[in-house]
Amino acid sequence: MQNIPLTWWLSVATALFSLGLYGALSRKNAIAILMGLELMLNAVNINLVAFNRYITPQNVTGQVFAVFVIAIAAAEAAVALAIIIAAYRQRGTVNVDDLDSMKF
Amino acid sequence: MEQLFALTPLIPVFPLLAFALIVLWANKNNKLSAGLAIGGIGLSTLTSWAVIAATVAAGHEVQIAGWSLPVPWLPTAASIFNTGFAVDGFTAAMLFMVPLVCTLIFIYAAEYMEGDPRYARFFAYVSLFAAGMLTLIVADNLLLLFIAWEIMGLCSYLLIGFWFEKDSAKKAGLKAFLTTRIGDVLLFAGMLFLYSRTGTLTFREIFKPEVLDELSRMLIWGLPASTVISLLVFGGAVGKSAQFPLHVWLPDAMEGPTPVSALIHAATMVSAGVYLVARMLPLFAIVPQGTLSWVAIIGSVTAFFGATISIAQNDIKRVLAYSTISQLGYMMIALGLGGFLAGVFHLLTHAFFKALLFLGSGSIIHAVHHGAEHADDHHTDPQDMMNMGGLYAKMKRTSWAYFAGTAALVGIFPFAGFWSKDEILAEAWVQWHEAGSIGLPFWAWLAGTLGAFLTALYMGRQIGLVFFGKPRSKAAEHAVEPGNRMTVPLLVLALFAAFIGFINVPFIANGWLHHFAGLVHEPAEVLHLEAVPFQISVALVSTAVALLGFFLGWGMYRNLKAGQQDPLARMLGPVFTVLKNKYYVDEFYKFVFIDTTVALANFSAKFDYDWVINPIVNFVGNTGRLLGELSGRIDTVVVDGMGVLGTARLFKWMGRELRLTQTGQAQNYLLVIALVSLSLIAMYLFGI
Repeated sequence: MQNIPLTWWLSVATALFSLGLYGALSRKNAIAILMGLELMLNAVNINLVAFNRYITPQNVTGQVFAVFVIAIAAAEAAVALAIIIAAYRQRGTVNVDDLDSMKF
Repeated sequence: MEQLFALTPLIPVFPLLAFALIVLWANKNNKLSAGLAIGGIGLSTLTSWAVIAATVAAGHEVQIAGWSLPVPWLPTAASIFNTGFAVDGFTAAMLFMVPLVCTLIFIYAAEYMEGDPRYARFFAYVSLFAAGMLTLIVADNLLLLFIAWEIMGLCSYLLIGFWFEKDSAKKAGLKAFLTTRIGDVLLFAGMLFLYSRTGTLTFREIFKPEVLDELSRMLIWGLPASTVISLLVFGGAVGKSAQFPLHVWLPDAMEGPTPVSALIHAATMVSAGVYLVARMLPLFAIVPQGTLSWVAIIGSVTAFFGATISIAQNDIKRVLAYSTISQLGYMMIALGLGGFLAGVFHLLTHAFFKALLFLGSGSIIHAVHHGAEHADDHHTDPQDMMNMGGLYAKMKRTSWAYFAGTAALVGIFPFAGFWSKDEILAEAWVQWHEAGSIGLPFWAWLAGTLGAFLTALYMGRQIGLVFFGKPRSKAAEHAVEPGNRMTVPLLVLALFAAFIGFINVPFIANGWLHHFAGLVHEPAEVLHLEAVPFQISVALVSTAVALLGFFLGWGMYRNLKAGQQDPLARMLGPVFTVLKNKYYVDEFYKFVFIDTTVALANFSAKFDYDWVINPIVNFVGNTGRLLGELSGRIDTVVVDGMGVLGTARLFKWMGRELRLTQTGQAQNYLLVIALVSLSLIAMYLFGI
C-alpha cells in the first residue's frame, strides 16, 4: 500500500470531487444535488486521510478531522432532507429551478 | 400778588389738556367736547387775568423788566440752553386779548358748528391752536416761540382744510401751509444765525445793549449780523402775518369755518407775525434806518394794496380777509417807524373788532344759509354779498354788532380803531414833519390815509350790500337771527370794539397802555419809546376820509338791485377787473413758481423714469436677474443634474442592473463560487 503514490489518492479525490460538483451543479432534483454534496465531502475526506497517511503519519489529526466531517455530513444530510421535505410540502416539487423565491 | 406770576406756565396747559381729553376720550360726545374746549380756554382766561392783575400790581419796574421763569432744558458744551416763560407789560396786554377772544369765539362756534359731522374734532383743533398761541405769548425765548408758531401753522392748515370734502378747501389748506412755510424757514434760519452768534435765544439776553452792539458789529455775508437776522425774522413775520408778497394764502384761508377765520386768520395767529416783529424790535432798530425801513415799506405796500383789492371782492369773508391783510400792514407800518406801542395797540384793538366782524359775517352766512335751506335753494352762494341785502330788518343784534365793528375798523370817533389807527398815522405824520422832507414816513402816512379811505369805502359797500336795500335772493328773504350762543359773543365783542380804545387815549391817564406795555424795550436802549402826542390834524384828515369813503360806498350800494352791475365796476372799468383778480398775483405766482416747479418736477420725473435713473436701475437689475438665471441653470444642470442626482442615478442604475445577478437559483451561486475558486486556484498555480 505504501508504494501507491500520494498523487493517485489525490487524483481519485479530485475525480470524486469533480463528479460531486458536476452533480450539484447540473442536477435539478434537490436530492440529487444533496448526493453531489455528499460526494464532494467524501472527496475531501479522502484527501484528509491521504495527507495524514503520507505527510504526518505520527499524528491522527487528518483521520479525526475526517470523522468530524462525516459527523457533520450526516447532520447536514438530515437537515437538508428535512428542508427538502418541507419545501416539497409547501410547493409540491423538489425541482430547484422552481425554488427561486430568494431572488430580488 | 407776586406769587400769581407762577401761574403763567399753566395758561397754555388748560387748552392743551382739553385737546388731549377731546382726542382721547370725548371725541364721540359733541356736547362734552365743546364743553371741554370752552372750559379749558375759560380757565386760561381766568389764569391770564390773575397774571395780568399781578403785572398791574407789580408796578412799573416789573412791567418793563418782566417776570421770568427760566427752565434749564438742553445742557450744551459751554452753557445750558434755557427755555421758559416770561411776563412783562406787553405779554400781559396780549394775555388780556388772546384768551378772551378765544373764549368768545369758542362759545360762538359751539352753535355755529352744530350739525357738523366733525364737531368734536373742530374743538380739538381749536384747543390745540389756543394752546399754541398762548405758548407763543408767554415764551421767553425764540425757540419756544417757534415751536408754538409751528403748532399754530399746523392747526391753521388742519382748520382751513376742515371741510376737506371740498376741493377748494383742501387746496387752500395746502397753499396756506406751503406759503407760510417759506416764512418759517427764513425765521428758522434767522434763529440759527442768532444762536450761533450770541449763544442764546432768550429775548432778555439778546436785548442787552452789549449783545445788540456786538451783533451790529459782527458780519454775516458781508452784512451786519443784526441786519441779516432781523430780515430773516421779518421774513417769518411776512409769511405768518400775510404781508406782501406772501399774502396770497390768507384770502384762500377763508375756506375754513368762519369761527376759524375769526380766531386764526383775523385775531390771533396772523397777528403772531406782528407780535414777533414787536418782540424783536430792538434787533431791527440797531442800525438806524436799516431793516426797520423795510418793515415800514412792506407794511405800507400791504396796507394800501390789501385795501384796494378788498373793494372789488363780492365774497363777504374775502372782503374781511383783504381788510385783515391791510390792517396787519398798518401794524407793520407802525413797527417799521419805530412806533412800538402804536403797532401793539392796533394789534389789540384790531383783534377785537376784526374777530367781531368775522363772527358777524359768520352769523350772516349762517342766517342766509338757513334761509337758502328754508327756500329749498341749493345754488345760492351764502357768502356772496350780491345775494344778500336788507338783512338789517331780520338780524338786529348782528347788525348793530356789525356796525360797531365797522365803526371801529373805519376809525370813527370814539371807537377803538379811531385811536389805534390814528396813533399809527400820527407817528408817521410826526416823523414826516420832523424830517421836513418827503421820505418814508410821508409815504407811509399817505398809504395809511389812502388805505383808511379805501377801508371806509369797502366797509360802506359791504354794509350797504348786506344790510340795506331789498333782499336780492330768496335765501336772504328767509334769513333769521341765530341763537344766543352766537349773538352774545358778538355783543360782548362789540362792547370791546367800542371801548377798548380808551386804554390808550392820550387824554385819559396819559395813555395808560403806553406806560403799561409800551416801555418793555427800554432796557435795549435803541428805540425811542416816547408816546406821540395826539395830532388833531391827523385825526381830522382821517376822520374826514373815513366818513367820505363810508358814505360813498354806502350810498352807491345800499339800493343795489339783483342782477344790476356793480357801480364801482362801472366807474373804474378795467381797474376794477384788475382789483377783482387781486392784481393777478396768484396767476403770476402760478406762472413763475408753480408752473416752473411743475416743469422741473416733470423734467426730474422724466430724468428719473425715462432717461437716466430708471434705465440704470433696470440695467443693473436685469443683469443681476440674468446672472441669477445662469447660476440657477448651472445649479440645476451641473450641480443637481450631474452631481447630486447623477450620483444617485448612477447607483440606482447599477443597482437595477446588478440585481439581475441575484436569481434565487442556488445552483447559479454555486457555479459562480466554483468558477471563482477555480480562477483563484488558476491564478495561484500560474502565479498571476
